[in-house]
Formats: sequence, structure tokens, C-alpha cells
Amino acid sequence: MRVALFITCIGDTVTPEVGRSTVAVLERLGHEVDFPAGQTCCGQMHINSGYRAEADRLGERFLEVFDGYEVIVSPSSSCVGTMRELHPQLRGRLFELSELLVGELGVTDVGASFPHRVVYHPTCHSLRVTNVGDAPYALLRAVGGLELVELEAERECCGFGGTFALKNAETSTAMVIDKCAAIVASGASVVTAVDSSCLLQIGGRLSREGAGVRTMHLAEILAQTAGA
Amino acid sequence: MSEAMAPFPAAAREALTDAQLRANLAGATNTIRDKRNRVVGEVPDWQALREAGRAIKADVLAHLDTYLVQFEQAVTAAGGHVHWAPDAAAANQVVLDVARAHKVDELVKVKSLTTDEIGLNVALEAGGVHAVETDLAELILQLDGDWSSHILVPAIHRNRTEIRDLFRRTIADPAVSDDPRELAEASRRYLRERFLTARMAVSGANFAVADSGTVCVVESEGNGRMCTTLPPVLVTILGIEKLVPTFSDLEVFLQLLPRSSTGERMNPYTSLWTGVTPGDGPQEFHVVLLDAGRTRVLADEVGRQALHCIRCSACLNVCPVYSRTGGHAYGSVYPGPIGAILVPQLIGIENAPTLPFASSLCGACYEVCPVMINIPEVLLHLRAKAVESAAKPSERFAMNAAGWIFNGRRRFAAAARLGRLGQRPLIRRGRIVRLPPPLSSWTRSRDLRPLSGESFRDWWARRR
Repeated sequence: MRVALFITCIGDTVTPEVGRSTVAVLERLGHEVDFPAGQTCCGQMHINSGYRAEADRLGERFLEVFDGYEVIVSPSSSCVGTMRELHPQLRGRLFELSELLVGELGVTDVGASFPHRVVYHPTCHSLRVTNVGDAPYALLRAVGGLELVELEAERECCGFGGTFALKNAETSTAMVIDKCAAIVASGASVVTAVDSSCLLQIGGRLSREGAGVRTMHLAEILAQTAGA
Repeated sequence: MSEAMAPFPAAAREALTDAQLRANLAGATNTIRDKRNRVVGEVPDWQALREAGRAIKADVLAHLDTYLVQFEQAVTAAGGHVHWAPDAAAANQVVLDVARAHKVDELVKVKSLTTDEIGLNVALEAGGVHAVETDLAELILQLDGDWSSHILVPAIHRNRTEIRDLFRRTIADPAVSDDPRELAEASRRYLRERFLTARMAVSGANFAVADSGTVCVVESEGNGRMCTTLPPVLVTILGIEKLVPTFSDLEVFLQLLPRSSTGERMNPYTSLWTGVTPGDGPQEFHVVLLDAGRTRVLADEVGRQALHCIRCSACLNVCPVYSRTGGHAYGSVYPGPIGAILVPQLIGIENAPTLPFASSLCGACYEVCPVMINIPEVLLHLRAKAVESAAKPSERFAMNAAGWIFNGRRRFAAAARLGRLGQRPLIRRGRIVRLPPPLSSWTRSRDLRPLSGESFRDWWARRR
């Protein structure tokens, strides 16, 4: 299958390893990945901050750049969910990575190996906007050597919320402190999710606390192979 | 509720420093949340019920003019009096006029958010009439000059030791202990005397039936029913959005409300009355139909769904913001997610421009709302209005600049390169730990991952 990759602005500039991992997993499964170079940002930051006109322009740009691609994948549930809500014509075309793998391609075992204790944080948008369901869990359970542990109050928000993390920094911090406490209590050495933005928030706090737990996007774990 | 309020971020910051408050809130909201989840889980057609609730409310709002007139006729035919109040002052004046007509200087009140919204107690006091709150939590707050921080559990921010001390100072024996039974007994003695002597009562309403003129109040203590049955004169303040078309529509809401609100299968005290019944209950009954900004909300196609709200408070209990800041930070009698979308619409976005931003958009509120109010959708809608009305010039500039940069791949790539250069002096051991304002509000409590040395697109280009 030919798949267009939507990398997202954060994925392009801050966490390119997530995009590289996404490419690695899809190519390992025999798919062809294309990267339309005109892509930038989906406009979610603008919508969430109240700047509709800018967001509309970026949305239009997205539709033009990805015009002609039958299947688009992104390693960000938040951007995918937002774009599908704003542009219903993207439903059935634009997928979050775990949705594409499990729901569309019918794969749970992607041939990954990662012998570590991992905890999964189901991000709010993946749960309630993009509705990725059990797909990330199914993928993680099929990873060789991986021990998936439970996260207390897993459905609680990490406190990122885009510009919320700045505008209401203290409230956002109170939320991420509780999230990090639950992560540490899980005994995992790695926390994973399907949104790099939430992982920046969680990872930023874990790093500040010196907690010794790493953040890794789901795609990165799926890209790991035995002996790699 | 008419002046501009303190900005949410500052009020929240202060609330967050109160460790006791946070512990009280976390405990209380978790308990109610678990109860709610248990009893909602028992109802196999819950989603269909929610949809029914939403549909009934949407129909009421679409034909509100018809239903209101129908209600007025039904109440009048049943011996009641109907007053139309465009704003808080008009509604308060009706209550005061009725009190004066009966030479009443003290009245009893059923727990009512609507009367808190319009500042009824203060207006009555100014007119020489003392209103006694009879809901236990409302009484506690009134005795202490405090105000509600939760729709359902107004004194959620107080613990029983504080209440014991307050009762000792005010209505109880100085020897009263903090045993809940003793505290309840003390308040019962105090309130019974008021119920038996009061000559007038004021209530809000949870629902009102358009075709019969029936008013419905749901409560847990029975004190509300004391108010609606014992005093000879009763005035009900009714927000115009509280109507339902027919009696059988109550069936839907009396299932949705208790399970969402208190986590009970059935509401303990459901009082329903229609006009006046000779020889039974109040012999003079007034209904004040209150607008106070509601028709303005109704005019907004996206925002009007906030008027579906049945005040269950499920959205407060699941909200990660509310459960940490408490209700006072929202600066209104309607706190939490519903307050964040209702209040700016009722009083004008220019008077509450920070409330729509008091959310991480996690969507937990929408998930539990028994009448399917898409709170995140309305929050975004109101954020756009807030930006139009009062965005900081610096923020507007930054957002416009970001929009311009994102709207061209070369600009975007160039900005990323510039950022990589600019961040160099800030990176310590692979992390950015301190940034200038406004980004300092991130780095005060969290490290920041720097921009990557090589962007994905550069890697992709190199790889080809």
C-alpha cells in the first residue's frame, strides 16, 4: 500500500525519530511511504487558541498538499482527530498509526522486540476524539519481550492541552505531577503514547523530577527489532 | 454575576496552593465519580437516554416561545401568577414585592443556583427581607458568609471540623461535636423552627412542564419540600430554559439526573406541584420566568446547547481542572466545564474572557454529559470570540506570525533552522530548563525538549 505520511509540526522539528520509526515500521511491513514536502502544521494550535482564520488557512493547505493520496497516516492522534472533525471528507483516508496498522491493515504483530517494562498513557484525544480504541494495547502486547504494566487513573489528562500548558501553567503542572506519580508508581522504565505533544509534557516533568522513566512514542517501540 | 471577574489563571494559581482544599476535592470528586460510573453502567440504554434528553432540550429551545406561553397559560389556569423578568433586578423585585405585600421580613429558601445567579439574597437583604437557606450545605455557607464551589455539593471545599466550629459560633450548642449526626441534628433543630414559622418561601426549579404548568424540584434532604409545602406563599424563580413539553418528558430527565448527579438510581425527594390546591400547600403561588442573558445564549447557534444543562455536575466531577482548582477559581455560581461555557455567554465574553481557556480540552465532560452538550466544541467557539474581543496584542502577533510561517514550507523550514540556532545557548545536557517569558511558564515546572538537530524533512531529503 502507498501511504502518505503526515509528520506534524512537532514531529518534523522536535521529535523526528517518531517519523523515522513510523517509516521503518511501515516499510518493514512492505508498504511504500511518501512524504509530501509541502506539509507543515494542521492548525490545531490555532483552533485551540481561538484563531479560526489562521486555522482555516492551514486546514485548506493540508487538504491541497494531501490531495490525491488515498491513505494518509500520522503518528499523532490529536492532529488526526482534529482534522477529521474539521474536514469530514478525511474520514476513511486519514488515520493515526495504530488505527492504520490494526484497523485497516489488520496487523498487531509488527515484528518488534523491546524487552522492557512499559506503561501506556491513553491520551485524551486518542480516547475521545480519534477513538483509537484498543489498537495501541494490541500492538504493545504483540511486541516481543515487552511487559505492559497498568497505569492508575490512566484516562486522566496529562495537563498538556496545547497553549493551556502555558496559559494555565500551574493547573497544567498540578495535572502532570499526578500523571507522573502514577507513571512512576507503575514501575515501568518507559512510558509510551500515541501523541508526541503529551509526551513532551510528561517527559518534561519526568526529566525535571529526575524520575528515571523515559518517554517513547508508540512508533519508536514498534520500530525496535531484536538485535537492533 | 454582572461585573468582570478575576482571571481564571490567577484565581486557580491561588487555589492550587491550598493542599487541604485539593485533598478534599480529590476525595469528594473521586467518590461521586465512581458512584456515577457504577449506576450509569447499570443502564443498558444510557446512550439512547442521553440522546433523548438532548433531543427534548433541543426541541424546547427551538420552540421556546410557544412553550413559554403555554406554560404561562397553564400556571394561570391552575391559580398561579406568572411574571416575566428580563434580568436579575426585575426577578429580585418580584420576590421583594410579594414579600412586602405580605409584610414578610424573613423567608425560607430551597437550594437554588438560579437565585444565587441573580444575587437574590443580597437584593432581599437590601430591601429588609432576610432569606434563610435551608439546604444544609447552603446554610453552612450562608452562616459563614461563604459561597458555593460546586453545583451539587456547594460546601465541598469545607470539612466537618470547620463546620463544627462554625455551628458552635452560630446556631448550635457550644458543646456540639464534629460527629455528622450531631451536626445534622443541630441544623435540623434550627431549620425546623424556620419551616414552621416562615410565611413565605422561594425556590428555583429543575424542570417545569409546559402543557400542565407543573413545577419540579429534586433534592436529597426533604428541606426543599418543607419550603414548598409549609409556608402559605411560594415564589419560584424559573430560568426559561428549564421547560419540558409534557409530563412524560420528565421520565427521561428523572432517570438521567440522579444517576449523573449524586450517583443514585432514583432521586430521594421529587416535589411536583401545579398552581394552587385549595386547602393543601401554599395558597399563593408565583412563577418568575427569568431571562437574564438566556435569550442571548439562545441566539448563538453553537453556544445554545449550554442551555440544555440540567445542573447535574457530572462534568465538574470528571474535570481534571475543576478537581484541582475547585469551584471558586471560576468566579461564578456555575463552575467547572459547564460554567466555562455558560457564564461567558450569560454575562458576555468580555466579562469572562479567561473562562473558555480554563480547560485542557480533554473531553471528559462531553463524555459524561447526560444531555450531550459538546462542551469542547463550545469552548473552542468561545475562545474564538474571546480572541476577537480581547486578545493580548503580543499573543495575536505571535499567533499570526506562526500562521504565516506554517503557511509556507520554506518559511517553516527556515524558522526551524533559526530556532535550532537560537536555542543553542539555552540547552543544558540536552534539555532546556529555563526560558524567558512567556515560555518561562513552561520551564518553571517542566524541562523542554529542544528542536532536533536534524528535522524529519531534512532526514527524508538526505535519505532519498
